[in-house]
Amino acid sequence: MNFPILSVITFLPFAAAIIMLMMPANRKTEVRGVALATAALDLLLAGWVYLQYLLGHLTGYQFIETYNWLPALGISLKFGVDGMSAPLVLLTGIVMFTGVLISWGDFDEERHLSAGIQDRPREFFAFLFLLAGGVFGVFVSLDLFMLFFFYEIAVFPMYLLISIWGWVKTREYAAMKLTLYLFIGSVVALVGALVMYWTQYQNTGILSFDMIQMESAGFSASFQYIWFLPVFLGFAVLGGIWPFHNWSPDGHVAAPTAVSMFHAGVLMKLGAFAALRVGIMLLPEGAKQWAWLIMIFAGVAVVYGAFIAFVQTDLKYMIGFSSVSHMGLVVLGVSTLNHDGLVGAGVQMFSHGVMTALFFAITGMIYDRSHTRQIPELGGMMKALPFAGFGFIIGGLVSMGMPGFSGFVAEFPIFMGVWGRQWLVAVIASISIIITATYIMIAIRRVFFGPMPEKLEGHISPITALDKIAIFTLCSCMVLIGIFPAVMVPMVETGVENILRLLGGA
Amino acid sequence: MATETLIWLIPLPPVLAFFLIVLFTNKNKALSHSVAIGAAFLSWLGSMIVFVRAIGVEHLGKQPFASSINWLPTGDTWLKIGVLIDPLSAAVLFFVAWTVLMIFIYSVGYHNYGQPAGDHDQAGLPPHGATAHGHTVPSIEPMYSRFFAFIGLFAFGMYTLVVSDNLLTLFVGWEIMGLCSYLLIGFWYGKPSARNAAVKAFMTTRIGDVFMLLGISFLYYATGTLTYREIFTEETLHVLSSVPSGVFGLSAAGLIAILLFIGTIGKSAQFPLHVWLPDAMEGPTPVSAMIHAATMVSAGVYAVIRMFPLLSAGWHEGAALTPAMTFVAFIGAFTAIFAATIAVAQNDIKRVLAYSTISQLGFMIAAIGMGAYVAAVFHLITHAFFKALLFLGSGSVIHGMEHGVLHTGNHKVDPQDMFNMGGLRKKMPVTFWTFLIGGFALSGFPLVTAGFWSKDEILADAFINGHLTIFITLAIAAFMTAFYTMRQITLTFLGEARTKEAEHAQENKWTMTAPLVVLSVFAIGYGWVGIPEHFPLLGGLAPNWFHEFVGGTLAELPPVLAFNWIPLLTSLVVALGGLSLGWYVYKDIKSPAEDKFQIPLLKNKYYFDEAYEYLFIKPLTWFSEVFVSKWMDKGIIDSILHIFGPATGGIGSTIRNYFDIPVVNQFFGDGSADVTYWIGKNLRPIQTGHIQQYLILSIVVLSVVGGLVYFFLLAA
Repeated sequence: MNFPILSVITFLPFAAAIIMLMMPANRKTEVRGVALATAALDLLLAGWVYLQYLLGHLTGYQFIETYNWLPALGISLKFGVDGMSAPLVLLTGIVMFTGVLISWGDFDEERHLSAGIQDRPREFFAFLFLLAGGVFGVFVSLDLFMLFFFYEIAVFPMYLLISIWGWVKTREYAAMKLTLYLFIGSVVALVGALVMYWTQYQNTGILSFDMIQMESAGFSASFQYIWFLPVFLGFAVLGGIWPFHNWSPDGHVAAPTAVSMFHAGVLMKLGAFAALRVGIMLLPEGAKQWAWLIMIFAGVAVVYGAFIAFVQTDLKYMIGFSSVSHMGLVVLGVSTLNHDGLVGAGVQMFSHGVMTALFFAITGMIYDRSHTRQIPELGGMMKALPFAGFGFIIGGLVSMGMPGFSGFVAEFPIFMGVWGRQWLVAVIASISIIITATYIMIAIRRVFFGPMPEKLEGHISPITALDKIAIFTLCSCMVLIGIFPAVMVPMVETGVENILRLLGGA
Repeated sequence: MATETLIWLIPLPPVLAFFLIVLFTNKNKALSHSVAIGAAFLSWLGSMIVFVRAIGVEHLGKQPFASSINWLPTGDTWLKIGVLIDPLSAAVLFFVAWTVLMIFIYSVGYHNYGQPAGDHDQAGLPPHGATAHGHTVPSIEPMYSRFFAFIGLFAFGMYTLVVSDNLLTLFVGWEIMGLCSYLLIGFWYGKPSARNAAVKAFMTTRIGDVFMLLGISFLYYATGTLTYREIFTEETLHVLSSVPSGVFGLSAAGLIAILLFIGTIGKSAQFPLHVWLPDAMEGPTPVSAMIHAATMVSAGVYAVIRMFPLLSAGWHEGAALTPAMTFVAFIGAFTAIFAATIAVAQNDIKRVLAYSTISQLGFMIAAIGMGAYVAAVFHLITHAFFKALLFLGSGSVIHGMEHGVLHTGNHKVDPQDMFNMGGLRKKMPVTFWTFLIGGFALSGFPLVTAGFWSKDEILADAFINGHLTIFITLAIAAFMTAFYTMRQITLTFLGEARTKEAEHAQENKWTMTAPLVVLSVFAIGYGWVGIPEHFPLLGGLAPNWFHEFVGGTLAELPPVLAFNWIPLLTSLVVALGGLSLGWYVYKDIKSPAEDKFQIPLLKNKYYFDEAYEYLFIKPLTWFSEVFVSKWMDKGIIDSILHIFGPATGGIGSTIRNYFDIPVVNQFFGDGSADVTYWIGKNLRPIQTGHIQQYLILSIVVLSVVGGLVYFFLLAA
């Protein structure tokens, strides 16, 4: 038996959460140290898995581990990654690591500075790590029951994290809205999953939640036609699909910085990923039938999110709606069901995750110092926080799909794929490119290059070295993929080939 | 070194310089500009070596220098990226290398290297001068190093675009330049006008870019490749030109070409996306020269020239133009005359040049639309030289005027307004003579200047191939070009100084004037490589090398035009006539009030900015702010959620009030409690506490139960 690396990655955050809760509450530095060490270790392990997969030119599901859990019902703890999920595991590691870094913050009573998480860091990191463990679990689970189990674990701590550490004005509303949307979505999907489980038993006599097994469960075309939409949309709610997206910008805004990073960076991927893995891979015939509807929803989301982001004055709302638009591109790529579109969607999940995490991190740094996120009330940040400024500009370039950055590597195949299916959708979706460039440029011009308002003068203290490490880590991912797409694209392709095989080589 | 390796290396030095300056040398101004100019020199050297080797190859068009590597995996194959030097890119590389190097050197002087730091200068604003030895002298640019970093990155984009062998890396270079253009136009970001101009430029070109990206997607979808030499094979072009696209009755080739061409409309500031270029003059003058004359705007024309085989698929010399070509020719010719009319009424020395650039680019676009391939390339190159010269010259004039402004201390005088100048020929002789050469080249002064040969070739092509409308339009535009150029020269250099500041203007240092001299050599000499074979007297003295060389890029060498007197005479008349008239009208004019061409319609650029504001920007803002955000998102979608809240509450209270309280609570809950209570209450009297009573009761119960058990169970 090999080293059970995926279980270690998944359960390490849970273990760390328990350890932290047992530490004394006033040992803030030690708690943060444990959190950082755990996150770093998890990132290293995730990176190791990624590199093994990439450099070994592996295909299919790898690093498989199976432990029986409830054999009578066919539930087992089955872990494994493929070309689609390995980048997302790495992404989670990156966001977790950088999220801890920027939450460390800076506290100085004399300068009235309280950046990062200064209030009850022990509980904060414990909940954050529960969330992280759940996210890892979803990405590596090959068992449908376990996927749901981890999915709910990932969603639940969000409520606490937002309603305790969130922005005072909207946190209760946002936390409740988010919880309602996500649980309703997952309940709908759960019903679908149970029906699939039962139908498989009727068809084949096998009682199992194993998804690889379910791929050959022989669901009839009419069954798939009926159940595809509930399953896909149920999960896609978490992916921020239009018109079920509204929980997400409110949630982003209310959440504390590290949670926003997790929320937009990883959690939304969870929805898209689960929709892909359960909806499309297990019900491929249904996917073909309904692809047109998903394409319309996604196409609307892309443009719609961009339009709303364009008029936001709150930096976090702007990024939140831009996430709706960019996640729309992911779903749009998925809805093409062709090679280019799916590859683009896979890369876009990673690219967008890193990019939004970066945006939220920098917005948090600015907010902690200026106590406002209103774009018109900000200015002159380029001089005060040059490192953050360059980071934000790089993120902006990724966001508008500039070649040489990961956003282009992701969006270009998506547009090619969409053009192959329906050129009109490609044309309409491309409107978003212009609008995205507009709001990003206007925000950068105002916040970083505009004149600094007088009341901020002298209050913007520099960011810490840990903040810089976080910004650097995130930026280098986006540039690396932009210049050498071969570090990610071939891997995603192996995952896509598996999906295409299930779709019947379409 | 192998030529292919060398080509790969050409774009790299400037981008290395960018990183070196940003990361290490940005505190040291001398080191920063040395790094940048050193890098520009290395790229120049590489380009010259490649160019010399390229012209030594016979049939370079058939056997170009090319090499490629795998970049983006796409299923079974890879999207390759690579480099290609064929005659077209060799010719373009030549002028890019020269102009870029000259602009880098010029920037040293323009940003006042060697001068003290300003008294009140701030990063993000132009320098305001410093006090030294009791005098006000020019002060050095506060963000000197950053400027060189940005133009390094910009040069990288341009070189990448030129040496690319495919549309993907062309697009990469294209976007890098767009970004640098944004950064450089907004270089003095402390000025609101510069910030707005930067965003405007970026957005307007971005609109074109999106169409271009769609064109690239469509092309890739249709052919499976983005490499020029794979697209421009006879079969591929034939297939593309015979498949209908389903849009406006165009063939697939036509639609792709038009989509790509819209990218050019944005980048080369053609009508109707021309609005950004004049505002882009907010940037420092070397930027105007670099981006808005020599390189970035030329890149747009270069792209459409590159795509000529696609644009003209299904067309052959002498046949009627395809719909796509007609569209291109129309946009070009219209822009040429449209922008020329605006240039006549501008008073800012750089804005005149900006509109003249738009107009000249229109000439090239019109040429390529008529199928005059070689003429378009020729004019592209000569224009790059003389327009870079003119922009740098205007920068030199402004710089000299700023000197005068510092001297008098009257900062209300606009050093860019031509009516504040006059008589500068005596103060700034080098600038004057080189500007004159550039201006005459732009006007097409006969025989001597490069502009004459290239413009004449476009006019001749239009006339001989029977495109009379285009011919007349371009001829009028050429006349106006000569007119406004002479107006500019007269107002700036001739006559007497009209202000004190102009009297105290000064010639600039050699770092600024030497590039002017070098460029003026090309503004004259470059025309001689392309003298038509059948031109009277001069033709045939030297072979028309340019036609042979650049024409070789195409699958078939374009035929040599027969000679015709009409276009030649037209060229002569419009150039000389326009110049004379310009001098005659403006030689005695002292103030804008006397200028008859200050027509509000022209002065305000046909109100395009205002019209766009009302037609696009306001409705777009309304759409996103009110329609999408307020009505759809907050109105419909959120209200549905908010209905759930009250609805759930409503259901809850209904259940509570009508079922929970009356039925569950009162009937079952309270009811059962009441019953229990009642029973308890009625049983209470028997709890007396007397042992005897209990005993009696027990005996009674025992005997009754015992009797029942006996009779019913045991007896049965």
